[in-house]
Amino acid sequence: MSNAHAANKSVLWDWLTTVDHKKIGILYLVSGGFFFLVGGLEAVLIRIQLMNPEMTFLTGNLYNQVLTMHGTTMIFLAAMPIIFGFMNAVVPLQIGARDVAFPFVNSLGFWLFFFGGILLNLSWFLGGAPDAGWTAYAPLSTTSTGHGVDFYVLGLQIAGAGTLMGGINFLVTIINMRAPGMTFMRMPLFTWTAFVTSGLILFAFPALTIGLFLLMFERVFEANFFDANMGGNAIIWEHIFWIFGHPEVYILILPAFGIISEVVATFSRKRLFGYSAMVFATVLIGFLGFMVWAHHMFTVGLGPVANSIFAVATMAIAIPTGVKIFNWVFTMWGGKIRFTTANLFSVGFIPTFVMGGVTGVMLAVAPADYQYHDSYFVVAHFHYVIVGGLILGLFSGLYYWYPRMFGLMLNEALGKWNFWTFFIGFHLTFFPQHFLGLMGMPRRYFTYPEEFGLGSLNFISTIGAVFMTVGTIIFIINVVVTHAKGKKVSGDPWDGRTLEWAIPNPTPHYNFLQTPLVRGLDALWIEKMAGNKKMTPAEPVGDIHMPNNSVLPLFMSIGFFIAGFGFIYYSSAGAPALIAIIVGLGIGLACMFLRSWIDDHGHHLHKEDLLKEDKGVDA
Amino acid sequence: MDVGERLTDQNFPESPEKATLEGKNKFLGFWLFLGGETVLFATLFGTYLGLRNSFGKGPEASEIFQLPMVFAATIILLTSSLTSVYAVLALKENRVKQMRRWFFITLLLGLSFLGLEIYEFVEYVHEGHTFTSGAFGSAFYTLVGFHGGHVLFGCLWITALLVRNSGRGLTLYNAPKYYLFALYWHFVDVVWVFIFTVVYLMGKVG
Ligand code: HEM
Ligand SMILES: [Cu+2]
Repeated sequence: MSNAHAANKSVLWDWLTTVDHKKIGILYLVSGGFFFLVGGLEAVLIRIQLMNPEMTFLTGNLYNQVLTMHGTTMIFLAAMPIIFGFMNAVVPLQIGARDVAFPFVNSLGFWLFFFGGILLNLSWFLGGAPDAGWTAYAPLSTTSTGHGVDFYVLGLQIAGAGTLMGGINFLVTIINMRAPGMTFMRMPLFTWTAFVTSGLILFAFPALTIGLFLLMFERVFEANFFDANMGGNAIIWEHIFWIFGHPEVYILILPAFGIISEVVATFSRKRLFGYSAMVFATVLIGFLGFMVWAHHMFTVGLGPVANSIFAVATMAIAIPTGVKIFNWVFTMWGGKIRFTTANLFSVGFIPTFVMGGVTGVMLAVAPADYQYHDSYFVVAHFHYVIVGGLILGLFSGLYYWYPRMFGLMLNEALGKWNFWTFFIGFHLTFFPQHFLGLMGMPRRYFTYPEEFGLGSLNFISTIGAVFMTVGTIIFIINVVVTHAKGKKVSGDPWDGRTLEWAIPNPTPHYNFLQTPLVRGLDALWIEKMAGNKKMTPAEPVGDIHMPNNSVLPLFMSIGFFIAGFGFIYYSSAGAPALIAIIVGLGIGLACMFLRSWIDDHGHHLHKEDLLKEDKGVDA
Repeated sequence: MDVGERLTDQNFPESPEKATLEGKNKFLGFWLFLGGETVLFATLFGTYLGLRNSFGKGPEASEIFQLPMVFAATIILLTSSLTSVYAVLALKENRVKQMRRWFFITLLLGLSFLGLEIYEFVEYVHEGHTFTSGAFGSAFYTLVGFHGGHVLFGCLWITALLVRNSGRGLTLYNAPKYYLFALYWHFVDVVWVFIFTVVYLMGKVG
């Protein structure tokens, strides 16, 4: 019955109202991918400006805008959503669930992120983008003229709310929705990292929420939190931002650790080495991640005691991180390694990330940081961990889970070109930046004089960026070619070990016809070793309860989007802006109210239909 | 049994708010949400503590705070926590009428708290303590206002719940909704206890 009434409506309507975690995963991936291209374009513009000394391609304020939008877009609109894309696509399958705990909230989280991202980027066409850096330090951000920073505040506020909901959703999903036998210590590592990342989101994002509110109040309603003339204190912003900001970098990197752990184990045909140590290290990193924020503020003048404590705490994180590196290497040791593209990205990740970790520990030496701080050395460090770590991990995950998400296998030959151009390009871009930093090149400056001798390394760096661009273009070509050919693959193309490979292709709407019984770590592999073709079911075939689609999340997000505009223009437009605020918030609240008012019990898929359908798709 | 079906005394489960998977999910999700809210308020408190003696152009905290009125507001809000406890006790025993009555009293108390708070703010503004009079003013109104906003939201929430479910009994679908409201209300109360201490008592002492 449900399928019949779903088919009546258009495909577009289905995507706009979907609450299916698989589709939401794709929505996240595609929109995150789009913003990745936007952020990438901005990066290329930056590199063109810095290619030679005293270039005039992109100067002054415009450079500041491009720089700010590059960082903000990459972190909040590219990396975070792509991670959420994988979490959506994979976590419910890995734990043997039929959906996430709150499908409605899941859809709301996506649409909030999406409209937040659009709002932020509209600033380009509406008088100029934010220009105070992705960290938006006060008083630079509070005194920045125009509405750029207002777009930053409202865009991130809306997108951030979506992220927070996503975090809670995945925590509950992982705690409550695991299949029988899937104990915590049998969860695949990607699910573990998704779990810890969600916990970090829960405790870190509210700090950002407040920070953004304060900044908004300061800019729009003339509050005085950060204005020293009125007794305010600009350092408060730095604390709040980094109390959120440092956990944020672990929010980003932990899922990449998870992906690497899955890929390395699968393509070494071995169980992950030191699974429990990996879990422990993940949790420990998550915990320590909250104790180190002031390492971004060594030069602020917090005093030697505070600096020492934060320095030691920061260095301590290198220990669980090191544990992980060794475990990946030992997983490969003696394994039957297959260098598929997914595995190439994972293997490339390991040494690259180590380099980023080493510079991290160097930066953690507080006295030395007085030299490195705000120089290109820091830029090199965080790109090694974010691009060399996170982005390589995401590419690895893409090649690995593409068959699961789209039923198609990305082309391996193009994939290898993708890897090598991107990987070489990456090191070419960012390795020289360490030395530029040590030579004294400050970050965020739009140019440098000829006599400083920074020209040749900068030039090399820009050439590297060209390679990375080529790599990205090859990836896009790969996607196009793959979908043009459209050759379906089986449900388990890699000889997988975990539950997401135990289902047919394409993944049925309800994921598992029968909830599987999990008998250990690498649940599918255990069955394979026992000679079973399928997972042992934990229940007989029966009716399946599924959530209903809803358009409310979309409308609610549009409401907040409109209100966002109102707040942005409130200080200059007055009454019309106020109307936008009232109308927007009204729509948002009305949707919430409707959600509460209309009873929504979901629907059932009936046993007979399920059995018929199951015959059709065959594994 | 259907989740929308009215519960009878015979089939009434021990914890109707957690009897279904949806209920369990909501219950856990809401606790986690309150964890996030804790960080939210902690950040506001931190900011307030950093700025509480930076009065700028406004008057000092000890000059303007009227403890008797704030004390009355505190008592009102604490009492409303108690009434919501009674409501939940009734919920657990399927006494719908009593439950709804207690929630209604909770709502009235919440509204009177809000009334007092608005009155208080108006007084302060007359005395020159405003949102823009200095860092202290900004931090004060933001922290206390955020809390007030939470009370307001809670009032709207319970109103919607009471109206929607008027004439309906308890079901496995609406029991978690009532229960979560009570949790939320307690949280808002606990935050107030901290505000009372950190903002008003400490402010009076200087
Ligand atoms: C061994 C682990 C790590 C250590 C010891 C470490 C240490 C540091 C330190 C001390 C700084 C401040 C430098 C300064 O501004 O003077 C820094 C900056 C930064 N780190 Fe890390 N880090 C580590 C891992 C990571 C990871 C995993 C990520 C992200 C995935 C990351 C992302 C960043 C970013 C984005 C910045 C620059 C922020 C800015 O000022 O714009 N770091 N790191
Ligand atoms: Cu950090």
